Amino acid sequence: MMGAEITLGHYLSLSGLLFLVGLAGVLLRRSLLIVMMSLELLLNAANLALVAAARFQGIPDPQVAVFFVITVAAAEVAVGLAILVAIFRLKKTTSAEDFATLKF
Amino acid sequence: MEQFFFWSLAACLLLAATAAVTLRNPVSNAVALVAALVFQAALFVSLEATFLAAVQVIVYAGAVMVLFLFVIMLLDVKAEARRPIPWSKVLAVLAGGAAVVVGVARLVAAFPAAREPLHWSAKAAPFGARELGTLLFSSYAPLFLTTGVLLLVATIGVVVLCRRDPES
Repeated sequence: MMGAEITLGHYLSLSGLLFLVGLAGVLLRRSLLIVMMSLELLLNAANLALVAAARFQGIPDPQVAVFFVITVAAAEVAVGLAILVAIFRLKKTTSAEDFATLKF
Repeated sequence: MEQFFFWSLAACLLLAATAAVTLRNPVSNAVALVAALVFQAALFVSLEATFLAAVQVIVYAGAVMVLFLFVIMLLDVKAEARRPIPWSKVLAVLAGGAAVVVGVARLVAAFPAAREPLHWSAKAAPFGARELGTLLFSSYAPLFLTTGVLLLVATIGVVVLCRRDPES
């Protein structure tokens, strides 16, 4: 494949692999900090697919969507980390296994 | 040249992302994530989305990661102890992986355009800050204003969440 021209499929595959790495992090790690970092990877995988689509279709709209995704991700990180700090004050831990209060 | 850039950047991106997910020390995770985000910004440049590449570096690699590092520092998070991973979670990851692989394969199979290389000279007109700004303030103006409200609400929420009780 090294000599082949780069197509949209290449970028979509890369985006899928990146999503997979992030998914593994969200599901397998226990530290909520790492889970949130993996969430960022998931959002970035979607961004990559959108930017590639914008370039290969020749339209700017997906780039605007990426712009909004980045904004929402920034808000999500801020609120998520605030919740994490609040929970840490209560329980002195950031491991997801210790936050099972709502489990039934 | 373009192929060389794509393959090397893709390899670096996946390597940094894997490191960001697997390393044990939270600071190493954060630094690896910064590397991944910068590699992705480089991929954006190769896709001629220069404005988004700049935003990616400033907002993600700059602001968001500083937030992460601050919280790591404040919480004094220790390296996570190794514990066995339950089989159900491994199965969930494998199922998710299969879903992603099948999804991408079906997508590429369904659209013949996804298998054609781009003719770089034919489709010129890269989109810069001017085109994006025009779109943001015309057809996407309501969404753009909503984003402002979202950020305001998030800011207030963070302040409320992190406030200590006056009594205690």
